[in-house]
Amino acid sequence: MLVVEKNALSEEIESYVNKYGNDRSALLMILHEIQKKHRHISEFAQQEVARLLNIHPVEVFSVISFFAFLNSNPKGRNLVRICQTISCDMKGKSGLVKAIERELGIEMGGTTKDNKFTVEYANCLGLCDMGPAMAINDQVFLQLTPEKAVELLGKVK
Amino acid sequence: MENKKTLRAPVSQKPLVIEKPENPEYIGGSVSIEINEKKFTVPLGTTILEACRQNQIHIPTLCHHEDLCVAGVCRICVVEVEGMRTLQASCAFPITAPLKIRTTSNAVRRARKHVLDLLLSEHYGECYSCFRNNNCELQSLAKEYGVDHYNFGHIQTPRYEVDNSSYSVVRDMDKCVLCKRCVRTCIDLQEVGVLEAIDRGHNTHIGTFWDKPLAEVICINCGQCINRCPTGALRANDPRDEIWSAIDDPKKHVVIQTAPSPRAAICEEFGMEPGTSLTGEMNTALRRIGFDVVFDTNFTADLTIFEEGTELIARLYNALVKKEQVALPQFTSCSPGWVKYLEHFYPEYVDNLSTAKSPQQMFGALIKTFYAKKKGIDPKDIISVAVMPCSAKKFECNRPEMVDSGFKDVDYGLTTRELAQMIKEAGIYLPEMPKSHFMPKSHFDDPFGEASGAGLIFGATGGVMEAALRTVIEFITGKKVENIFANADITPVRGFEGIRYAELPITEVGPVPKLIAHLVPDWNWLKGATLKIAVVHGTANAKKVMDDIKAGGKFSECHFIEFMACPGGCIGGGGQPIPTTPEIRKLRAKAIYDEDSSLPVRKSHENRHVVEIYDEFLTDGPCGHLSHKLLHTHYVKRGKYIA
Repeated sequence: MLVVEKNALSEEIESYVNKYGNDRSALLMILHEIQKKHRHISEFAQQEVARLLNIHPVEVFSVISFFAFLNSNPKGRNLVRICQTISCDMKGKSGLVKAIERELGIEMGGTTKDNKFTVEYANCLGLCDMGPAMAINDQVFLQLTPEKAVELLGKVK
Repeated sequence: MENKKTLRAPVSQKPLVIEKPENPEYIGGSVSIEINEKKFTVPLGTTILEACRQNQIHIPTLCHHEDLCVAGVCRICVVEVEGMRTLQASCAFPITAPLKIRTTSNAVRRARKHVLDLLLSEHYGECYSCFRNNNCELQSLAKEYGVDHYNFGHIQTPRYEVDNSSYSVVRDMDKCVLCKRCVRTCIDLQEVGVLEAIDRGHNTHIGTFWDKPLAEVICINCGQCINRCPTGALRANDPRDEIWSAIDDPKKHVVIQTAPSPRAAICEEFGMEPGTSLTGEMNTALRRIGFDVVFDTNFTADLTIFEEGTELIARLYNALVKKEQVALPQFTSCSPGWVKYLEHFYPEYVDNLSTAKSPQQMFGALIKTFYAKKKGIDPKDIISVAVMPCSAKKFECNRPEMVDSGFKDVDYGLTTRELAQMIKEAGIYLPEMPKSHFMPKSHFDDPFGEASGAGLIFGATGGVMEAALRTVIEFITGKKVENIFANADITPVRGFEGIRYAELPITEVGPVPKLIAHLVPDWNWLKGATLKIAVVHGTANAKKVMDDIKAGGKFSECHFIEFMACPGGCIGGGGQPIPTTPEIRKLRAKAIYDEDSSLPVRKSHENRHVVEIYDEFLTDGPCGHLSHKLLHTHYVKRGKYIA
């Protein structure tokens, strides 16, 4: 990482700390802001957050590793999450997964070579009556069939 | 304990702790409860666990530790409380109202057994190949609850790689039961923050920042986590095999130096009550095992007093008389954990550290130069081993700058636990050993011989300061310490409070002793001054003092501060027998102080061997040219960024 980039990131995190306060309870909000902008929270960013909140870097890393919506390694531009809970499973989740894996040429949890998609399981999207459910970025799609899912992926830029 | 209140977790996450009333006699000061249909009265705010233990009712615990804050994560201590729907963790339940508690009911027994079955289902490894065999809290709980088969199965393949990247601490997460004692030790007790719970659910494991190997993150190697671990998940990096092969090699001259704390604690490894000193027995055993000579690290502790004391006097003289810019207060540098802590967290203060090496490293440098020459042994054939109560000493002897003798000054650091293991392997039961002869010969081999009591008390917190004061007071005033402090026990620096502060006014001065006459012409510049000193143990307390110094507070005006990384000083070190509790630390300290008061020589400057070495070898005196080469070192500004 270049020094200029580091300084810019530090300044950015400082602005979040000014906004949310330097108490450790502000940690999640700050991490969310960084995640939103950079789509991941880098090693350097984690240590900067720790320094500014006066906590240990490992505590920041621990929080990030706990939450599925925060990640420390970069992911693809679009995030596809497929619900893996029982009711979606009974409605044919596995067919959906197979079709998507075949279409993108990657396995669950992987990222396509062009960095366009990352596919992963989500524990429950909370729409058990309308499974199988899948979320692409912030939008949720319901009652999917394998064909419909592949079609949806084709529309994503 | 202090750190329970200053927990950094947000209020919502703190366990419920009720302030105990000053006097339980006051109205509302105590509560009557019923445990197993027997009535008791306890002070308000006592936890159920404390109430039971005070009344000799046994409750098993796993994640609970006297040194640490309440966690309530293992659920092995559950009890039945009447009126509550679920079982309650007794360690985290303060009593505020009359309660009816049952500790033996079927529900309690079954729940505890299930907790154990679940822990064991994930606990990979076999007891007989584990270093904690027979000293494992999980194992003894399994025995206590009669586990005779794995109710929920047993993991058959390892899930994690053993991390042995560090010179000091080895982590085997397959044996971890996620009690988080190491996490609380590292974050609350030591304020270093290496370990935390990573990931979630079934994947949860204790890990470092970015799951890096321990050698790459900011670990000070204090080993306190090893001493808190209930199972074999954490252990010290063990050099026993290398040492045995050196002993078996007839060409090698194997030298061992023994620190003050192991002799006060090794009895615990042989099933004896804490607080029995086995100096003589240990020396006999060491010679029987096959070590060629046995030296006393206290000798170089005495030497440290000369070097570090002289350095302090020189710094004060330069600051007060010559008006030079000098880094004050001077910090002690005996504790390698503390040294690394400062290098990481306060790198701007490394100049304040005394440049004197720790006693272990001084001895290492002397053994391969002075001793080798005197005995006519080629230093490359000498294997120098150090028995230490410490895991950070293993890192220290591997520091690249510690090669001033032309060889690796100390080859292996051995902890008290590992030495006890070696003694057992040799088929020796230590308490039955005859004592080594004290009179007319000394316990320890020439040319270093017997050390003073001042060197011995280095093992307890405040000991370095007391040893230094015994010498400095006599050097400056020319009077006996006994005239000022009864029995030469400098009690203001003793005790177990985390931070101690004392002021000593210098009302009269005497002549300058010959040994340091080349440094200062007279003491008149000290007349009427007040020596301000502080004693700090545990790096969490060190952090408070360092922040105070940074802010220009009371401690920035001190002249000399003793820092020890481990709570209680070396007697509570990370290489000491497991378990270590506040009670055990007190008994070990008492053993050391008792042995000190029984010794004929109790001041470093009265140790004739030290005086001899300045006559014979280090002829240009303390802080002279040769002593600078061999006995002093420099430090690295490490910083706390993890690359």
